[in-house]
Amino acid sequence: MSKLRVLFRTTAVRLSALYLVLFSLCAVFLVFYVTGMSERLLEQQTRDAIAGEVSQIEAVYERAGMNGLLRSLERRARQPGANLYVIAGPSGEILAGNVAGLQPGLLDDEGWKSEPFRYRRFTDESRGESHVALAQVLLLDNGLRILVGHDLQEPEKFRALVRQALVVALGVMGLGALVIWFGIGRNALKRIDRMSEASTKIMAGDLSQRLPMSGSGDEFDRLSESLNAMLGRIEKLNEGLRQVSDNIAHDLKTPLTRLRNKAEAALSGNEDRGQSGALEEIIAESDQLIRTFNALLMISRVEAGSAVAEMSDVDLSQIVADCVELYEPAAEDKTLRLEADIMPGVVISGNRELIGQALGNLIDNAIKYAEGATNPLIRVAMTKSGNEAVLTVADHGPGIPEDMYREVLKRFVRLDESRSKPGTGLGLSLVEAVMEMHRGSLTLAATEPNSGDGKGLTVRMVFPARAT
Amino acid sequence: MVTRMKILIVEDDLEAAAYLAKAFREAGIVSDHASDGESGLFMASENAYDVLVVDRMLPRRDGLSLITELRRRDIHTPVLILSALGQVDDRVTGLRAGGDDYLPKPYAFNELLARVEVLGRRKGAPEQDMVYRVGDLELDRLAHSVRRQGKEIPLQPREFRLLEYLMKNAGQVVTRTMLLENVWDYHFDPQTNVIDVHVSRLRSKIEKDFDMPLLRTVRGAGYMIKDDHRTET
Repeated sequence: MSKLRVLFRTTAVRLSALYLVLFSLCAVFLVFYVTGMSERLLEQQTRDAIAGEVSQIEAVYERAGMNGLLRSLERRARQPGANLYVIAGPSGEILAGNVAGLQPGLLDDEGWKSEPFRYRRFTDESRGESHVALAQVLLLDNGLRILVGHDLQEPEKFRALVRQALVVALGVMGLGALVIWFGIGRNALKRIDRMSEASTKIMAGDLSQRLPMSGSGDEFDRLSESLNAMLGRIEKLNEGLRQVSDNIAHDLKTPLTRLRNKAEAALSGNEDRGQSGALEEIIAESDQLIRTFNALLMISRVEAGSAVAEMSDVDLSQIVADCVELYEPAAEDKTLRLEADIMPGVVISGNRELIGQALGNLIDNAIKYAEGATNPLIRVAMTKSGNEAVLTVADHGPGIPEDMYREVLKRFVRLDESRSKPGTGLGLSLVEAVMEMHRGSLTLAATEPNSGDGKGLTVRMVFPARAT
Repeated sequence: MVTRMKILIVEDDLEAAAYLAKAFREAGIVSDHASDGESGLFMASENAYDVLVVDRMLPRRDGLSLITELRRRDIHTPVLILSALGQVDDRVTGLRAGGDDYLPKPYAFNELLARVEVLGRRKGAPEQDMVYRVGDLELDRLAHSVRRQGKEIPLQPREFRLLEYLMKNAGQVVTRTMLLENVWDYHFDPQTNVIDVHVSRLRSKIEKDFDMPLLRTVRGAGYMIKDDHRTET
């Protein structure tokens, strides 16, 4: 029965077992306490009644003598539900009364019989049954003994009834607890089994697996939900890591080959620009490689979230204005017009350096790709709506085909197959990582979707902003 | 003749240290070398150096703790931190530890040289000068005005700061990254030649109507503002 053992090991079952034991103990204690108290009360009442009767009998004896006493006892004994009366001789032989037999030696001493005792009634003789009673013995001056007692059958019945009730109640509680254990425990076990099944698959390497959710929103669902969010993050990081290592291998081989070729050419003296020219080119080429490595490291650093610690309240309006100001002459140099429309005083929680770099990348891209476009306008706009700061960079260059929007965010993806423009292919990846770090969103769209050529590209970034 | 600048290089990579010492010597700077944090701390405490060039990761005592300890001992020699860690937050922790400048590896030697010279402050204008002068060019830091041969040259605020930084370090090479860091307060790589365009705009404003060029481009390094007619003292 290993299944039962497993069931018993669940927290729910253990807890309910503990509670069952505790409640049972309490119930038993309570029942015993209440019955004990009521028994004592009943006994006290019985004693009071007997004592009262004894004093009445004494009074009758003093007033009317032996004959009066006998008459009085006769009358009393005949009443329905009467007490027990015995008149006995000095040696204890029963002379009169409504009792057939007594425990021997009972009548020897005067006063209370401290313990309940056994006796037989006349009606019992055929069946040989005996009863229990409580009594007081009175010693008369003529040597006769009178016993007045009360049958204890009723308290006995009461006690039996209570015991029975206790057994039934405990039985019902136990049974109920078993059913509940089984229900809760099995349900919990089933769900935990499903969860561990899913985690086994995940451990085996299938990071796309998710823990099952019942949709009830209970604690298991909440746990699954946060674990699933964690898995999503791990999957994304893992995916990024794999992509990076794949792409590094592919994309860094090309510039390294170029570098090597140049060095070789310089060494053999086949370089037209002379040795120092070749060396300069080699340095430039290595700088580009370093740049690529730096960008890669930066992206993975931002994605890993380690820069989150350096977040503070920053004036987004100021950052945007600074960036536009930084790139404006470069745009003009390429006969482009960089225009800004910035709502002042928008504060967000962020990293100035990273936002500056991300926006710089976008403006740089716009300048690079919109060069020579019919409409020379590059527009940087920032407004705030509700709790969001919306920043857009729109150019009128050739734009990006709609089905490539997701693609260009990946590392090293460049639409410019010929690699005629300088760049690492990492700019937009960094922008995406920065936006994710700021819990914002990044969307790409065409600036003029209906234009024939030169649809342009509008990059829209939404930052969560301070409510004003 | 200006006394030669003397610096201490604390670097555990002996090959790199030897290369740096040679390159600094060619640039007219005398250097000592310490190969671990403890001896670096000892040498920096015992001798007077103009600048310390400290690698961040060192045996026996790391670069940051070396700097913190120096500052605790009330030694305020300017420190340039060299580090393979070049991210935003690394720079911030480096400067918080008491470093004055931060250069991520790998770097161009020209970049390092320019920064060391600026930190050493053997040339350029004294910090407390309110008016910087280079030849016939005059920059008033309080009035925010620029004059050349007595003629007012109107500049945008950023152009003013650019010129101010160049003139403060007159006679010294300032690199593009130094300009981006000190004038724009950004440490990222702007990829294109954004700084060059700003400098050439500024150059056309201060040189257009005058004969004497002042702002020179130093090939492979950066820019320098200098009055060629005055011989260096």
